[in-house]
Amino acid sequence: MSAEALHTARTLSDHLPILVVLVPFLAAPLTVLIGSRRLAWPIAFGAALASFIVSVLLLLRVLDSGVISYAIGGWLPPLGIEYRIDAANAFVLLLVSAIGTIVLPYTIQSIKNEIPPRHQTLFYTMYLLCFTGLLGVVVTGDAFNVFVFLEISSLSTYVLVSMGARTDKRALTAAYDYLIMGTIGATFFVIGIGFLYAATGTLNMADIARYIQEHGTNRTLETAFAFIVVGMGLKAAVYPLHLWLPNAYTYAPSAVTSFLAATATKVAIYVLLRFMFTIFQPDFLFEMHAVRWVMMPLAILAMFAASLIAVFQSDFKRMLAYSSIAQIGYILLGIGMLSTTGLTAAIVHLFNHGITKAALFMGVGALVLRSGGSFYAKIEGMGKAMPFTSFAIVIAGLSLIGVPGTAGFISKWVLVQAAIEQGYWPLALAIVGSSLLAIIYVWRVIETLYMKQPAEGWTRQEAPLTMLVPLWIMAGATVWFGIDTDLTMTAARTAADGLLHGFMGGAASGY
Amino acid sequence: MVCCTGLWGAQPVDTNTAILLTMLIPAAASIGNLLLRNHANLRDSMTLGAAAATFAAVLVILSNVGNSTTEAFSLLTVFPGLDIAFNVEPLGLMFAIIASGLWILTHIYGVGYMRGNNEDNHTRFFASFSLAIGAVMGLAFSANMFTLFLFYEMLTLSTYPLVAHKGTPEAIRGARTYLGILMGTSIGLLLVAVIWTYTITGTLDFTQGGILRGHITGPMVALLLGLYAFGIGKAALMPFHRWLPAAMVAPTPVSALLHAVAVVKAGVFTMLKVGIYIFGIDFLAETGASEWLMWVAAYTIIAASIVAMTKDNLKARLAYSTISQLSYITLGMALATSMGALGGGMHIAMHAMGKITLFMCAGSIYVATHKTNISQMNGLGRIMPITYGAFLIGALSIIGLPPLGGSWSKWLLIVGAADAGQQVMIAVLMLSSMLNVAYLLSIVGKGFFWPAKAGEATVIRESPTLVWLPPAITAFGCLLLFFYATDIRDFLMPIVGGMR
Repeated sequence: MSAEALHTARTLSDHLPILVVLVPFLAAPLTVLIGSRRLAWPIAFGAALASFIVSVLLLLRVLDSGVISYAIGGWLPPLGIEYRIDAANAFVLLLVSAIGTIVLPYTIQSIKNEIPPRHQTLFYTMYLLCFTGLLGVVVTGDAFNVFVFLEISSLSTYVLVSMGARTDKRALTAAYDYLIMGTIGATFFVIGIGFLYAATGTLNMADIARYIQEHGTNRTLETAFAFIVVGMGLKAAVYPLHLWLPNAYTYAPSAVTSFLAATATKVAIYVLLRFMFTIFQPDFLFEMHAVRWVMMPLAILAMFAASLIAVFQSDFKRMLAYSSIAQIGYILLGIGMLSTTGLTAAIVHLFNHGITKAALFMGVGALVLRSGGSFYAKIEGMGKAMPFTSFAIVIAGLSLIGVPGTAGFISKWVLVQAAIEQGYWPLALAIVGSSLLAIIYVWRVIETLYMKQPAEGWTRQEAPLTMLVPLWIMAGATVWFGIDTDLTMTAARTAADGLLHGFMGGAASGY
Repeated sequence: MVCCTGLWGAQPVDTNTAILLTMLIPAAASIGNLLLRNHANLRDSMTLGAAAATFAAVLVILSNVGNSTTEAFSLLTVFPGLDIAFNVEPLGLMFAIIASGLWILTHIYGVGYMRGNNEDNHTRFFASFSLAIGAVMGLAFSANMFTLFLFYEMLTLSTYPLVAHKGTPEAIRGARTYLGILMGTSIGLLLVAVIWTYTITGTLDFTQGGILRGHITGPMVALLLGLYAFGIGKAALMPFHRWLPAAMVAPTPVSALLHAVAVVKAGVFTMLKVGIYIFGIDFLAETGASEWLMWVAAYTIIAASIVAMTKDNLKARLAYSTISQLSYITLGMALATSMGALGGGMHIAMHAMGKITLFMCAGSIYVATHKTNISQMNGLGRIMPITYGAFLIGALSIIGLPPLGGSWSKWLLIVGAADAGQQVMIAVLMLSSMLNVAYLLSIVGKGFFWPAKAGEATVIRESPTLVWLPPAITAFGCLLLFFYATDIRDFLMPIVGGMR
């Protein structure tokens, strides 16, 4: 991009990359300033919807005409902060903003029940901040900026989790655990970035990448890589670093869990992808062997250990939390294969699992509204009392297993295909083997919902529409993206191609 | 002379629409069942209408064969090269005719049975039933392995509520086994096989002569076949046969249609499809990859028959008999000869007609007497002559005696084994027939020739008309099939590349 171009008048559509973050960022303080409980939701929803629309436009534009680079305040990279959008982050952007928007109507009922009235306005402020942070992490092309946005999202997440304290005081300790672990992760990450800066003298991702390409790697860079991967691994709940996740997901308000499960860990994985492939480049990863010999075993461990733990849970929400850890294993496995198909599988599963888990957590929240708890003993026979909610849970549960016709099947298909392509037979079997565990834990829920007798004096009483509609949008999406994969697969494949093959090589010379 | 295009004059519905209808009508019936849950009579007659309409749609497809230009279409593309697509093919069409035709009878029988036994949850039962039929139709008309897999799983899931129907701990346990084995094998093995095939060939379309030739060699062919053969859990190849006896906790109409016809035949149908259109009979014969499968099938045939002899519970005995008979069809494919494949295909029809008769008779005995064990059924034959008469005919057809349908498919299978030079397999088939005589005719013998328990003769009566009539009709069907066997064979000829 030439300097003259920057000074010519720009239309609103040129500013899309910043708008996607700016709108919710400004809306967040607005909710506090206005201070009206009634207005907080419309403001939040308007901002989220705007971000969502912008994300759709961005994705369409990226798929159409390639990478978008946006210099904040007209300060050209590598000095200024650059927002840089390619297929990979446009796709994650879409996921985050879509989930953020669809979960919002659901929050109305959820927080009415779970959060004291005086906190309800602040809830939306925190929600918007968290939303902003996650979008910011995805959109930015500046390594330090990632850290800043990451902290915005993390700090607000800690608050959001702790808001579950009205229903269960353990939300406080869960939030505290998450705070400690999250901070350790963030610290590792910023140390890594510090090393990167020390070694390369720049914070712009493209610039760092170019430096590494030209000068090769050295011990400092390798250390930076290790710090970043561990730091982000903590945030992404990569298997033995997952300890904060089950409690945080279990005790947070339902709406928060639905939102976080679908977005927070996914964004962390995106950052991992971005650093691994864009900054350090695949060649580096091949040389390091770290990915193949550290990441893949951990991924398989997650797939089996976490699934097994999920099988033995007696609380629906907690079971889903462990299943999330297992599913993150699938994503890591896809990354670890270091092939286009593997990466495609990882990215498409990031999306598919996001919508599946959002649907499931929303379903639990709706059940809890009537049953008073998410323990299996509490939700027995709810299939009769809440047929629509229960059936949506069944659909999303099938997607979690990976039954054909659902989104989960698509990701599993691509993942197995990636394993077979490279001749990793045991991996292919491990993937389907872990799906078998998913059948067990999902079926325990389905049996509980449909085959047990409901508690004495049950009546047929559905969740309110503000819950049912978002729930069914998500459940419908799991079927839709299981049949029509045009959007997801195209985006994922373009993103994988971009990450693996010289996206930076081609674009780095662009300015 | 412009008017005379086929049986119906101008085609009333073109084939593609009819294919869609065969799936949409049952699906709509399923939803209709849920909507009409408070109007039992209306609901049940509506389903009967849907069953008749589905059968009519299949007949339209049949009548269009040969004079229709539109016999294949793709509904939508999931990935490049992977479509949800349908076409008309003799084996699938035959399967669809059997399943939809027998659905009508089973529905009548089911209404009689469910009401006669005062079972609960009729709506859920009939809604799941219709959905399962819709899945069978989709499976029968699948044009590629991907579509077939989709409907295969849908069939498993939609039949789960039927198996677990009673909601007792025993039923739930049975249903768990059912689901665990069927989904375990299909996801754990079949899915891997399908993706493997797709990865090396880039297509999953069912193609005459197979798609694998030139893409895979040596022992890998046998391995891939193994993933398919054991992955198709619905074909009940040992050691993955346990789901079938477990599913017998379901109400008898379910056992009759789904576990004698639709579900198990979906399994062996898939097996034949894989053998004929994915591997190709010639390819299997050249590589010898299916030889081991032949032995496994033979083992299953004999072992299941022997287990059947030890079972006192009538439905369990029939279940093991089904396991044994299903392996006839797998054996037909594994022989890798045209006659074998043809015999296997024909056995789908013959066994379906015979076994559904037996199951409906078992249900009829249960409705009339609430007895499930063979040892308690002495002398019932004289009290319930129609039920036992139908049972005798069905049993003779399964055994393979003329003039009943089952004799032809067994004949073709033996010819197929002879073509393949596998004399041992001929012996296996003969031995199996003898075992069939032992475990099936002993039931009839006890019914007719042993004295009934004192007092029973006055208390027990023949079951209600809605319950005894359907098995009587299917028993007559067994007889008819004997005389129409040539037509069926000619109809199936194209699957092995012959002329119709």
